[in-house]
Amino acid sequence: MPSSEIIGWFADIGLSDRLTVGGKGGSLGELTRAGIPVPPGFVVRTAAFERFLSALEKDEPIRSKVEALGSHELDKILALSQHLRARLESAPLPDDLNSGILAAYTELCGRDSNPPLAVRSSATTEDAADASFAGLQDTYLWTIGAQATLRCVRSCWASLYSAASIAYRRKRELPESSVAMAVVIQAMVNAHRAGVMFTRSPLTGDRSVVTIEGAWGLGSAVVSGEVTPDRFVIGKITGEISVREISDKHVQHLAAPGGGVGEAETPEELRRAPCLSDAEITALRDIARKVERHYGRPQDIEWAIDQAGEIRLLQSRPETVWSSKERAPIAKPAEDPLQHVMKIFGGRR
Amino acid sequence: MSTIATTKTKGFPLPSSLKVIAGTERAQAAYPYYMQFAKEDDERFWFYNSMHFPEPMCVFDMITAEAAYCALGSANTRVHSLPTTLGIDYRVLNGRVYIGGNGVTDPAEIAKRTQEFQRRAFYYYANWERLFAQWKEKMMALIREAEALPKLELPEFEPLEHVHSGRGIASNHYILETYQKTLEGYFRMWHHHFEFLLLGYGAYLTFFDFCKKAFPEISDQTVARMVAGLEAEIFRPDDELRRLAKCAIDLGIDGQFREGVPAEKIIQSLKQLGEPGAAWLKELAISRDPWFNINVGDGFYHYHRSWNDDLSMPFAALPGYIANAKKGERLERQTDKLMAERKQIIADYRELLETEEERAAYDQMIELAHRVFPYVEGHKFYCEHWYTNLFFNKIREFGALLAKQGFFPDAEDVFQLSHYELESAIIDLMTSWSNGSPPRGTERWPAIVRERKAAIAEWAKHETPPALGPVPDIIDDPAIVMLWGITRENLDTWLTAGEQPDSNEIRGFAASSGVVEGVARVVKSAEEIGRLGHGDILVCQVTNPSWAPVFQKIAAAVSDIGGSMSHAAIVAREYGLPAVVGTGTATQKIKDGQRIRVDGGRGVVTLLE
Repeated sequence: MPSSEIIGWFADIGLSDRLTVGGKGGSLGELTRAGIPVPPGFVVRTAAFERFLSALEKDEPIRSKVEALGSHELDKILALSQHLRARLESAPLPDDLNSGILAAYTELCGRDSNPPLAVRSSATTEDAADASFAGLQDTYLWTIGAQATLRCVRSCWASLYSAASIAYRRKRELPESSVAMAVVIQAMVNAHRAGVMFTRSPLTGDRSVVTIEGAWGLGSAVVSGEVTPDRFVIGKITGEISVREISDKHVQHLAAPGGGVGEAETPEELRRAPCLSDAEITALRDIARKVERHYGRPQDIEWAIDQAGEIRLLQSRPETVWSSKERAPIAKPAEDPLQHVMKIFGGRR
Repeated sequence: MSTIATTKTKGFPLPSSLKVIAGTERAQAAYPYYMQFAKEDDERFWFYNSMHFPEPMCVFDMITAEAAYCALGSANTRVHSLPTTLGIDYRVLNGRVYIGGNGVTDPAEIAKRTQEFQRRAFYYYANWERLFAQWKEKMMALIREAEALPKLELPEFEPLEHVHSGRGIASNHYILETYQKTLEGYFRMWHHHFEFLLLGYGAYLTFFDFCKKAFPEISDQTVARMVAGLEAEIFRPDDELRRLAKCAIDLGIDGQFREGVPAEKIIQSLKQLGEPGAAWLKELAISRDPWFNINVGDGFYHYHRSWNDDLSMPFAALPGYIANAKKGERLERQTDKLMAERKQIIADYRELLETEEERAAYDQMIELAHRVFPYVEGHKFYCEHWYTNLFFNKIREFGALLAKQGFFPDAEDVFQLSHYELESAIIDLMTSWSNGSPPRGTERWPAIVRERKAAIAEWAKHETPPALGPVPDIIDDPAIVMLWGITRENLDTWLTAGEQPDSNEIRGFAASSGVVEGVARVVKSAEEIGRLGHGDILVCQVTNPSWAPVFQKIAAAVSDIGGSMSHAAIVAREYGLPAVVGTGTATQKIKDGQRIRVDGGRGVVTLLE
């Protein structure tokens, strides 16, 4: 199998490649190509997963067994899940996949260095935009070394057969042939501050503001809800910072020495200190605006600022809550524009 | 015609429970009967108009309320026929002016008034530019008329030429005529003032309302920035100071302008400098007419003198402007750049709207707001400043004439008489001049003047409730909302203010963003402006564009009353200073010298000690 069928570098892929690189991979490629700062990396395309799966299918069927399950047969789902995950995590990798991924690994990391990487599932289904499905697959942060990376790739593949993921697909009666898994391998950002931002207000749906939430350390503390983040609201157009809610950020997630993520108490002097400066809030807004413009719709973004103070985006996906709401038009053009003033003069009752 | 529906459950003190302060009863009785509270006034909601009348009003100065409400009411009620509101009722107690709106609630009446409104107001909107151009002509003619009023003269003998020409009317008659013309012009000016005002605010508020619905978190000041003009007359006096600062530098005489040196001293020394000094004084004269006709208040008090009458304010500002210019700061306002920014903001918000339909409505509304706004911003200079200065100065001439005849010790004492009483004193003087008997007023007025001055001083020591009477369920009167920024929500804030005495936060309108900490200077009248030092936070009842020069010194501004379009807010934004306006109680809660934090983006003032 030629390596370009196995590997897609961020600079070479985009959202239109979603079927072969998954939603997350496509999005990271899209951001990279739009000039948004994203940690460098590549995607192990779905073709690699298919190749691995078909090798396993020869020994014992996989997809047909999954499809035979009913969505309510939880015991059976659980048993099959355990069985399949063990198979995917222990079976040997075909040689061409092994060498293809390792070659890309070396290109990303350099010959003799083993920087920490993020290995993230990037699933594709018919409704790949569905965020709740994307959330069911595994992500491995702070993976160090080529062998560990390969192991995580297989774990990502295997997570497609987690009980929750199978149950979800069975409930929706998705054909298993449409389900494939790409894996993102990406330089880890050793975040000094990290969090999420929305290019509209999650409270009011206002599109003229960017809402930024952040805390010290890695973003996982914010995303998992273990820490109450600081909250800032900045005018998308005006750049005015209208809200600064500084919270007590008692813990932070940090890179553990031997790989993985550890938790630590936040030093006293930082707990109630704002995690972002005005200049950083403004810089995040500029990036948020660029991303939103690029996609043409409101976005939900994960960001980090590394130890050197550089902003990196880890993820951007379409905002779904407000965007899917039906809303009556605030005003319609009037045949006589003067009629608009009756809103004020005509009484509000 | 009915009043706003009210609820009895919760409310402010009733007017009848508010007592005249002991010893000031006669001073209170000096206000005309139609301004006195009566028993039936307990049924209605009133609020203290501290925006326009933050200090107790001298009995003469009440003419500013009288003339203004006569004109406002007729514009709303009879001229444009605003559907849901008539005019404003007003009362005065302990020198404090309380006002109440007359809402229209009967649907049939509203329907009838709506039909009229669309034939009247819509005509104004449709012909705005022409009518506004005509307005400026009318206003200038009125100003010229006031300037041309004759000097007051009561010679020993009528000039011979009057006799030989057979004029047939003696000088004392012209004293009365001039007085009546002075009053007439002032009442007329207020009609001009309100000819466009409510329509202008309404068109602005239409756009404002749309923006608040489309962008719930948009700040008031951003909407204001989208609409505000940049060439408005209110910026001119300040611009002229910058120009004069630059002139002084160019002429090499900037060293003459030092802080703390009185204006007369500086002018004296410039005269001695020869050519460059004379050149600068010539430029000063150009700026003064008309741009120094701006007074240090909002045009409602006789003692808010204009820059022309008291050069200390503009001269106190010059050293700062000169220093800024030397630091390389550009003095001219970069209107092209500001205009381009405004255009960009409007386009950027437009892009964020969800549908083409909304964009089309947005275009229609902002077009109308832009059309009306030059009036909203520009009228004050002509009405409350230029014309009002002429008016009060003319009344001063009557004061001087009467003081000379011993009616009272000082020309300024004339403002302790109501305009009716002043007319009677003038007729007394006319009579005395005509029959050779001494005037009777010399016996009558000195004691009254003393008593009333003492009452004003006494009243100023007492706080007055922000509102009186039952709270309306809703405030649906566009005039009240537009002009005073009073909403049901901020009434609730006023009501609960007393219940949480420990709160160290004061909330108001977010007028100009930024966060600043500093020392509060609670300035209760324009005369105290001199107490402000560099980096102080101005805390006042109401600010005014003529205070603009102090904005180069201060770090932030907080006011009791005013909305996001109040002039304080506009000037603060112009200077990039945080400002919170419309707090209701800042001057009462903040102590002079106290450290406070002003968050102008959120509209919150925090007491730090």
